[in-house]
Amino acid sequence: MAQLVQYIYIVSAALFILSLKWMNRPASSRRGVWAGATGMVLAVVGTLIGFPGLLGGAGIGNVHNWAWIAVAMIIGGAVGVPIAYIMPMTAVPQRTALSHACGALAAALVGTAEFYQSNALHEPLPGFKLVALVIETLLGFLTFTGSLMAMGKLQEVLPQRPITYRNQNTVNFVLFAIALGLAVRLVLVPSDTFLFPIFVGLSLLFGVLLIIPIGGADMPTVIAILNSYAGLSACAMGFALGNNLLVVAGALDGSSGLILSIIMCRAMNRSFTNVLFGAFGQIQTKTAAKEQRPVRSASPEEAAAILEASSSVIIVPGYGLAVAQAQHKIRELFDNLTRRGIDVKFAIHPVAGRMPGHMNVLLAEADIPYDRLYEMDDINSEFPQCDVALVIGANDVTNPAARHDKTSPIYGMPILDVDKAHTVMVIKRSMNPGFAGIDNELYYMDKTLMLFGDAKAFVTEILKELPARVAA
Amino acid sequence: MNLEMGLFVFMLATFVGLEIIRKVSPLLHTPLMSLTNAISAISVVGAILITGASNATMLSKVLGFVAITSVFTNIVSGFLITDRMVKMFKRPGEKK
Repeated sequence: MAQLVQYIYIVSAALFILSLKWMNRPASSRRGVWAGATGMVLAVVGTLIGFPGLLGGAGIGNVHNWAWIAVAMIIGGAVGVPIAYIMPMTAVPQRTALSHACGALAAALVGTAEFYQSNALHEPLPGFKLVALVIETLLGFLTFTGSLMAMGKLQEVLPQRPITYRNQNTVNFVLFAIALGLAVRLVLVPSDTFLFPIFVGLSLLFGVLLIIPIGGADMPTVIAILNSYAGLSACAMGFALGNNLLVVAGALDGSSGLILSIIMCRAMNRSFTNVLFGAFGQIQTKTAAKEQRPVRSASPEEAAAILEASSSVIIVPGYGLAVAQAQHKIRELFDNLTRRGIDVKFAIHPVAGRMPGHMNVLLAEADIPYDRLYEMDDINSEFPQCDVALVIGANDVTNPAARHDKTSPIYGMPILDVDKAHTVMVIKRSMNPGFAGIDNELYYMDKTLMLFGDAKAFVTEILKELPARVAA
Repeated sequence: MNLEMGLFVFMLATFVGLEIIRKVSPLLHTPLMSLTNAISAISVVGAILITGASNATMLSKVLGFVAITSVFTNIVSGFLITDRMVKMFKRPGEKK
């Protein structure tokens, strides 16, 4: 039986790898989900039927406390199903943060339980397992509170602005050093169990302190980093339990989080250290006092006329679009223009939305075909040939200052070259600067028309003008 | 399992992960993250081992119970919501 379990684990690990491989394109992605789910079921069944006995041997007969296990599974399942089906797509980042928190908590609790168990039974763990165990616990608890903080910021129950105080990084560093010192002590002298709760408390506190100085705009990166930590804590659990399947699955999750956070950092021209310790959004509060420059604005009728006369349109959506719940109206506009033979594409900046790839999901939900969604690098060369660039709810990612103004806080950030289109139209509520508080010079260009209003209402107005013209 | 074997597996899995994830379309980064999240709920194995052991202390049972509950929430909601998301990605003309 012990042998069989290992074979089941091998199949399960292979399924996890295939599952991620099949996520490479939409056509095979559903297969990927099923492969992953099958791998998970196999892992659970395998663990139960090959449960290790105390005196060697393995079998389902060794499983005790069935009631505890079964009830926990039933509660987990009963909570999970409604979360999966009720959660609106705009709230997916919060759900992801919450599930990072749950996963990390589980790893941390298993580590804690193992630590006390081995002490209570006077069965000391070998050194490297203890090291793995404290890493698992440290990462688990700090990811738990860190993810809860991230969720609070995304859900806007916590302030989006970075919370900073003097010597913040020093305080954090000292706390982390104390936690590490305790960890070393626990590895060397595991019988000092009274230190363990202090270690846990510091890990929890450190998670909170790590996230509060990070602003709302950096949440896509933070979620990806927390994803990586959650994976690594599962991985450490694999080392502590001597289980290769956990090591593989944890490493896959860890590397995925790492790649996504690198992509996010690159998309904002920031480094890891800068995201984690830089308190972005704090520096540029002084740019507000600028002289009023003239802008050109247009009515829905004029906007409709320009769109109608164009032959190619690139729509640049930002999170503001989702806030205004305008996705479905945009789809109507897309359908309408496409029926007139106008080429409509969507330009998606990597940090559009609240987590990596979020905007794609929001547009896919509104039934916009995914072959119309273009990544920044693929579409930037097309702006110079494009008649109209329609910016909806996006701001900093269209600011040409990022290319040439060395004094701008976003200088060097890769942007969508919206300003190169023949005509630019920007739907915006008012001239208030966006999240980062930076004035966007795109709005003052001669070819730019500002369409002032709520995204959803304005697109609805444009749509009202469009069919009328067909009839005439 | 000894340490070297574990590190060996870890090294290989990390490289496989990096190569595979690099190829994932940016279109699918959000579903990818919820999928890897569901997969990292593999810590359910550890939670079951802790809870089901015949010599489990009360503390182990309680912590294991909470761990299984939270990780099972992730498994169920993670795979289901990923499926819900990837179903939304439609090719042109493939309307519901």
